[in-house]
Amino acid sequence: MSYRLILGAIVGVAVFSSLLASSNAHDYIVVDDTIPVSLTGVPGDPVKGKKLSVNRKKGNCLACHAMPIPEQQFHGEVGPDLSGVGSRMTQAELRLRLVNSKALNPDTIMPAFHKVALNRVLKKFKGKTILGAQEIEDIIAYISTLKS
Amino acid sequence: MNFINNITRVTSLLGIASLLLAYTTNVSHSGSNPNPQGVNKMKSGYHWATAPTREMQDDDFSNPAFLWVDIGSEQWTTKDGEAGKSCASCHSGVETMKGVAATYPKYSAEDGKLRAVQHQINNCRTQQMKAKPWKWESDNMLGVAALVKNQSKGMPIKVKVTGEAQPFYNKGKKSYMLRRGGLDMSCKNCHMDYTDTRIRANILSNGLGNGFPTYRLKWQKIGSLHRRFRGCNKNVRATPFKSGSDVYTNLELFLTAHAMGMEIETPSVRN
Ligand code: HEC
Ligand code: HEC
Repeated sequence: MSYRLILGAIVGVAVFSSLLASSNAHDYIVVDDTIPVSLTGVPGDPVKGKKLSVNRKKGNCLACHAMPIPEQQFHGEVGPDLSGVGSRMTQAELRLRLVNSKALNPDTIMPAFHKVALNRVLKKFKGKTILGAQEIEDIIAYISTLKS
Repeated sequence: MNFINNITRVTSLLGIASLLLAYTTNVSHSGSNPNPQGVNKMKSGYHWATAPTREMQDDDFSNPAFLWVDIGSEQWTTKDGEAGKSCASCHSGVETMKGVAATYPKYSAEDGKLRAVQHQINNCRTQQMKAKPWKWESDNMLGVAALVKNQSKGMPIKVKVTGEAQPFYNKGKKSYMLRRGGLDMSCKNCHMDYTDTRIRANILSNGLGNGFPTYRLKWQKIGSLHRRFRGCNKNVRATPFKSGSDVYTNLELFLTAHAMGMEIETPSVRN
């Protein structure tokens, strides 16, 4: 624990873990490029996950990604097409991508869905992650069904 | 496992360092040309507007923004304030404003900071006319700002970013790159990194101000560039700044410098 804090202070990112502790964000452990363990221990619901991916106030994944959801118009082109992503990536890889994509690519436009943002956040959203821990698990459950 | 976690963090810090390097090489502007990539790479929002929207803009009679330009013309000759003057008392016909807006935002020695056209209008009102300043988003302010900018329609943008303007340009640039809000996104993320890309129903433009004030179909009225900034801030769940604030005026100079040489289109029509 102290090792982690000291190293964290040296590299100047300790602030992230301490802030996580005081919000609705669940703690997690990153191993290589993955978060191997479920955030909640409760299996995700793919039906809910699909709805959350479309919902503009929740995941709003369609804003940036094409997905095999033909009933929705105007899929985004900012990120890669998610059809077949369940064959390309494991649930553990998807989990880090959703929780904090900046751990993989600090320059990415993709929001960190389970991390509290700090700069000039509108009052209504202050101290909150974009998606709750179970919502992340639901979306993982859905997109890992998207096989090629 | 913690060890591995820390390795991940160190790796991402290396990433951040190289990112900062990338910013300075890609976006650093030198000398008097802040747009070394060339104007032709930057396009007006008109380029991405739908055909019916363009048609509406192209014809002054169907362009609804001219309702406000007319309000502006009326205000131009309306006396107000204790000095009993109108704009026309000092400037005569509005055609004397030809080319003026192409140089704004502009450093003011009197204020020690930048003035947008709207600040200059209010300065004339309070100092010369002894009249009350107008609210940024009022019909009168939008009208006179659109009227003044319309006198430079078709002329190339020519703002100064060196000398006394430079620190404000630099602040604007920094602000453009800064991530904000619950979605933690910067202007750059959308308007530089993903120009020409569909984000749900919208196609991202270069996010320039050459057509403002613009009639936005979504607003059902004309609105200022700073109103647009507020909207983009709120879309990423960030607390917006005030219209006319230093932050937005510096940002306006940065955007305008990006469109250096591009024709002014005011008043434009956008979705
Ligand atoms: C504002 C844009 C944006 C939003 C919103 C967004 N993403 Fe992404 N996403 C990207 C971009 C861009 C990439 C490409 C890699 C990068 O930039 O890190 C990406 C990459 C991915 C990848 C990796 C795909 C691959 O084949 O490598 C997955 C999985 C993913 N996103 C899932 C999601 C899900 C699920 C959501 C919604 C909960 C979402 N994204 C929301 C922009 C976005
Ligand atoms: C999440 C994406 C996103 C971010 C971040 C964003 N914008 Fe925008 N912006 C848009 C979209 C979408 C539009 C409408 C389509 C277009 O013109 O690009 C738009 C439009 C604009 C326009 C109008 C352009 C025109 O010709 O009518 C300006 C100016 C602008 N943005 C500036 C900014 C500035 C300055 C920032 C940062 C404070 C910013 N934007 C941040 C998505 C974004």
